[in-house]
Amino acid sequence: MTMLSERQQLSYIAAQAADARLNVELETEGMTLNIGPQHPATHGTLRIIARLDGEQVVWAEPSAGYMHRGYEKLTEVRTFPQVTSLINRIDWLGSFANEVPFILAAEKLMDIEAPPRAQHIRTILFELSRIANVGLFLGDLGVQMGAVTPVFMAFRDREYVLNLIEGATGGRFHPNFDRIGGLKDDLPKGWIDETKQVMKKLRRFCDEIDDLLFGNEIFQSRMRGVGVIPSDIALQYGLSGANLRASGVEWDLRRDQSLPMAWDKVDWKVWTHPDGDSWARCWVRLQEVRESTKIVDQLLDTIPAGPVMAKVPRIIKVPEGEAWVSTENPLGEMGYYVVSKGDLGPFRVKIRSASFNNMSIAPWVLKGVYVPDIITILASLYFILGDIDR
Amino acid sequence: MQRSQSWSAVAPLSDTDVEASASPDELRDGIVAALTSDLGDGVVDSHVVSGDDVWVRVTAESWVAAGQALHRRGFTYFCFLSAIDWMPSPYGRGEDDPSADDDGDDTVDEMRSGYTGGDTRFQLLARVVDPQRHVGVTLKADVPEAADGSLAMPTWVPVYAGANWHERETAEMFGIAFIGHPDPRKMYLPGDFEGHPLRKDFPLLARMVKPWPGIVDVEPMPEKDEAAEGGTADDNATGETDGGATS
Repeated sequence: MTMLSERQQLSYIAAQAADARLNVELETEGMTLNIGPQHPATHGTLRIIARLDGEQVVWAEPSAGYMHRGYEKLTEVRTFPQVTSLINRIDWLGSFANEVPFILAAEKLMDIEAPPRAQHIRTILFELSRIANVGLFLGDLGVQMGAVTPVFMAFRDREYVLNLIEGATGGRFHPNFDRIGGLKDDLPKGWIDETKQVMKKLRRFCDEIDDLLFGNEIFQSRMRGVGVIPSDIALQYGLSGANLRASGVEWDLRRDQSLPMAWDKVDWKVWTHPDGDSWARCWVRLQEVRESTKIVDQLLDTIPAGPVMAKVPRIIKVPEGEAWVSTENPLGEMGYYVVSKGDLGPFRVKIRSASFNNMSIAPWVLKGVYVPDIITILASLYFILGDIDR
Repeated sequence: MQRSQSWSAVAPLSDTDVEASASPDELRDGIVAALTSDLGDGVVDSHVVSGDDVWVRVTAESWVAAGQALHRRGFTYFCFLSAIDWMPSPYGRGEDDPSADDDGDDTVDEMRSGYTGGDTRFQLLARVVDPQRHVGVTLKADVPEAADGSLAMPTWVPVYAGANWHERETAEMFGIAFIGHPDPRKMYLPGDFEGHPLRKDFPLLARMVKPWPGIVDVEPMPEKDEAAEGGTADDNATGETDGGATS
């Protein structure tokens, strides 16, 4: 200021005073912004009610329930094998992964285990659904910020994975392939070679996304330091999957519990990130797709011979008891608390879906952010509506 | 080889337990002992499946204290909170319930609780996990019924913030009020919805008004053995008459 003339100084002070007066005059009472139920930023029918002060969010609350289908009630009038066709539709981008924990819970209650070949193929299909699911997430990230190219690449490469899932199971989106005691069928001829080719393509896709999106300056400036979730808050809200690992908690249910699956037979790494911001959550997911392609590659080389179905009675009655099984699904921890009374169907099934917990932190993390950050934070938390509403 | 290193760190908790499943589970027995020392008479019963899982039932009064004690002891990860209605459904499993026949007895109406027992129709159920030791605990508590039939339990939100949505869902689905909940609105259902859908005496109307074709899945196989001598012509004939009768 010393360089300015007196006249300039005066005009500067006058301008400041005018600005301040203007701010006082324009002081708004705050406004309520309604995002959704149908809005491109909400991935479906999620509605967010945000109370704004200028550009800042004072209070925000997601309003779920536009797609509640009552699966917990519906399971009570179905037999155990029928339930899989329902729970397929919880997280519709990674359908096969939804079936696995329920089937494992039923097998635990019956005290049977799938043959090694079935466990192996289950794990492969599980990881393929993760690649299809999270691969689409990576492409979708760009669209949230106005970059349209990545989503076309994601849909192109997800198609290869969906073709593989269709080849093995007969269903692109809803395989309904997992059975109590094993799998419906064995793999078709030539499937293994084709899968290896596709895994190569997917790794190339990850590199492309890494360059195009994660190396982009706009992407970084909108993601880094935004929506930081510390690890203790993340644990308290029950965040799981990549959201938890991006807050620095090294915990992966594929590694840290013993399940009759094949993850412990291959070499892979659990990625974490210490930052806990939106960028960390997306980055961890990108690394996880890469790890998944490695897991699939290694498993394809070591599929054991043998049957894909254990000997189970034709009419399945599950003995009385309670069991909890959860797995590391594409979205996070997905588990089923199954109560059986020795009937053909479950007495009660509590479905613990990952997105429900992951979204319950939204009021906490959205407090104080700016309106454009709502979109990137929600995108990086990554939810599927069917997984919230069940 | 990062994986194998971190795997060995957790191996004592998971691998060894599976091999010797008959042996006592020191880790999970220790959790029950620690909780008993914290709560005293608050712990009613416990059930340990060696190498797999542990259930602890606490009294309704010590529900919050149990959550605080577990949180203090490292169970910082909130997994889920829900409830169970142990009353057998008065509607059966639908009008074509095939399991009703082969039992032969109609005395299915008694209420039977699951692991760790229970004295009330409704039980609260919650699971918390220790992210360091990778071990989870399923807590249960009987929900006492007031004289006017209303159900109420204290809230867990001050202990585990993530319980907020889970308690809202449990409240609307089972009709259990959570005292002290910061935001006791409905989670999924419309604001003017009446009834509590996950209670067993709430009818699933879609099942009531329309017969379910699901019985096809569990229909007994046609008995081919005795019909084999009768010849194919006989089979065809019966098949035709059946078809004619239905069409």
